[in-house]
Amino acid sequence: MNDSGPPHPHQDDTGAKLGMWLFLYTEVLLFGGLFILYAVYLQRYPREFAAAAGELNLALGTANTVILLTGSLLVALSVSAIGRGNCGPAQGLLWGGAATGVLFLANKYIEWSAEIGHGIYPGSPALAQRPPGENVFFGLYYITLGLHGLHVLIGSILLAVMAVMTANGSIRRDRFVVLENSGLYWHLVDLVWIFIFPLYYLLL
Amino acid sequence: MTQPTTANAASRGFLTEGGKYPGLLGWIFSTDHKRIGLLYMYSVLAFFLVGVTLGVIIRLELIAPGETIVSAQTYNALFTVHGVIMIFLFIIPGFPAIFGNLFLPIHIGANDVAFPRLNLFSWWLYMAAAALILISLFTGGGPPDTGWTFYVPFSAQTTTNVPLAAFGAFVLGFSSILTGINFVTTVHRLRAPGVYWGRLTLFVWSLYATAWVQILATPMLAITLVLLILERLLGAGLFDPGSGGDPIMFQHLFWIYSHPAVYIMVLPAMGIVSDIIPVFARKPVFGYWAIAFSSIGIASAGSLVWGHHMFVSGMSDMAILVFSLLTFIVAIPSAVKVFNWVATLYKGSISLDPPMLFALTFIFLFSIGGLTGLILGSAATDVHVHDTNFVVGHFHYVMFGGTGFAFFGAMHYWFPKIYGRMYHKKVATLAWGIMFTGFNILYFSMMILGLRGMPRRYYDYLPEYTDLNRVATVGSWILVAGLLLMFVNLIRGARHGAEAGGNPWGGLTLEWTLPSPPPAENFATIPVVDHGPYDYDRVSPPHE
Repeated sequence: MNDSGPPHPHQDDTGAKLGMWLFLYTEVLLFGGLFILYAVYLQRYPREFAAAAGELNLALGTANTVILLTGSLLVALSVSAIGRGNCGPAQGLLWGGAATGVLFLANKYIEWSAEIGHGIYPGSPALAQRPPGENVFFGLYYITLGLHGLHVLIGSILLAVMAVMTANGSIRRDRFVVLENSGLYWHLVDLVWIFIFPLYYLLL
Repeated sequence: MTQPTTANAASRGFLTEGGKYPGLLGWIFSTDHKRIGLLYMYSVLAFFLVGVTLGVIIRLELIAPGETIVSAQTYNALFTVHGVIMIFLFIIPGFPAIFGNLFLPIHIGANDVAFPRLNLFSWWLYMAAAALILISLFTGGGPPDTGWTFYVPFSAQTTTNVPLAAFGAFVLGFSSILTGINFVTTVHRLRAPGVYWGRLTLFVWSLYATAWVQILATPMLAITLVLLILERLLGAGLFDPGSGGDPIMFQHLFWIYSHPAVYIMVLPAMGIVSDIIPVFARKPVFGYWAIAFSSIGIASAGSLVWGHHMFVSGMSDMAILVFSLLTFIVAIPSAVKVFNWVATLYKGSISLDPPMLFALTFIFLFSIGGLTGLILGSAATDVHVHDTNFVVGHFHYVMFGGTGFAFFGAMHYWFPKIYGRMYHKKVATLAWGIMFTGFNILYFSMMILGLRGMPRRYYDYLPEYTDLNRVATVGSWILVAGLLLMFVNLIRGARHGAEAGGNPWGGLTLEWTLPSPPPAENFATIPVVDHGPYDYDRVSPPHE
């Protein structure tokens, strides 16, 4: 980023990005609380965690990982497209990014419907019959992935707003820090998933 | 200096100019950091007075054993709401949101914070959260009765309106985080030419350290409260031993935020004390870098000591040992500050104006609070006094005697700058004396009661505790009398006080180069600063 000659006297792109990074720290720590619980309870119930994790749908989880990574790629490409002044392609890439979020949530809907259909949801009678460790695993699973899903939803809406702003010219070659910050947010959503996916689907 | 020392009679600076809209709308939709600071001040002080009232009722109930004026359930609600209001609505936003907003940009020679609209949004979040908390008192199962700490399992089971109150605290956390982000960015990006890091005021240093704690610790409270709310809504059982959860984990998560939070409360207070003392001793501050870095030291070490709240909750002895040791380490940077303040006073030309009296009181009361904190930080003694009135007394010495008195000191210090008028100094000194007396009678009695074994949060007690409880209750009346006198004096001063001039105390920091009250746009041209904030040996104060 060059700092020379901002088009508006109060525009401070470096400052805006610094603020965004600070906000992202808070998001990391928000999920950090849940990862602490995961670590403690995994240490307490390793066998139950492994048994419960085996019931998750690995295929859907993998598909969602690919979808989110693709979304991050599209958003990164849109930022560099704007940087070169290609607003048309950038707009398309942003709509694509927003679509990956929707796709992710649709997948999650299918995944959760099946699990809830089997009677597995927080506080369910079926879970109460199972060992306490499995109940804790699924409780954490729903809360962590639910919170992440909420972030995916917010991120998708943000990307759609960015696409509209690109279309009406509010985001331009010389003024796109808001797009960069939305992109950072989207990458964070991705990053959190990169930790969630192995912890819940793969490692155990 | 050719600027006028006082804004001309028709215009009273930012108090009358600025804002797109007329009247009240010009305040609640203003992005001017000074107006936002005052919005915070009026709303925070309103809640403070509510909290004081609840505290006085608590003390009144304790004037005699048995049920005196309220039932046990009402008493539980009283101390819970007293705590929630005082912690979340008064003392956490108090310093950063009020005085940080008012003076941080001016101290670094900027015209506003980095994100003015976000700043206004923080205030709106604060008000929305306050509304939620107030609604929680009158809806659902009635006011929460868990204590401000919302400990499970009780908070997951009680029929009172815990979820809404917890959600209110969650939204307040959001407001606090946004203020922190704003301040860190402001300090990094908007310092005027010549205001390099070594020329930041110590108040700004302390706000900077505080802002980092706000950013890094508050999310932990957010997730804890979300988990508590979900526990009640979904019953996932993450903290329920019957379902495989562990209530101790709630305490860990809660204190990972809430212990650093006490440094959000006290660090800026230490900052203003560091700023007041050199002005009223007419000396450069002793050990600038030691004070600046001790703020950072307290912020970082203080983030690692949360376990000392849980010595009797069921942790391993190893964990207790480590947390106890780390707790003692926090005492070092705190003591560094105290010694540096005292060294600044040495051979100074001291004038005991009201702000200085409050600052000196901070040192005295905070030292008592800090030393009694060591009794609690050492595991062996903590076992005996845990959950007694001793803890309550200690906490009020640190928070009220420390932060509270520094807050009043800041009010008296910056009052002439904010309103352009001076309060009655003798009345202010009298109010200080009454508060100081009442304070010590009230809270020292509580510490003795605690050492004798009286538990906290009980509305009843054994007859042998009667005498000291009476003394404490009388102390609360004296304290409140002093508070009322102080507020009446300040309100009178704001309306009818004599013109204060630009620099009544002879300060060297940038706000004293501006007229009182400061104009809507702080600096017509961004200043170039060529001296440090405490260089009394090199420069003479403006407008003197």
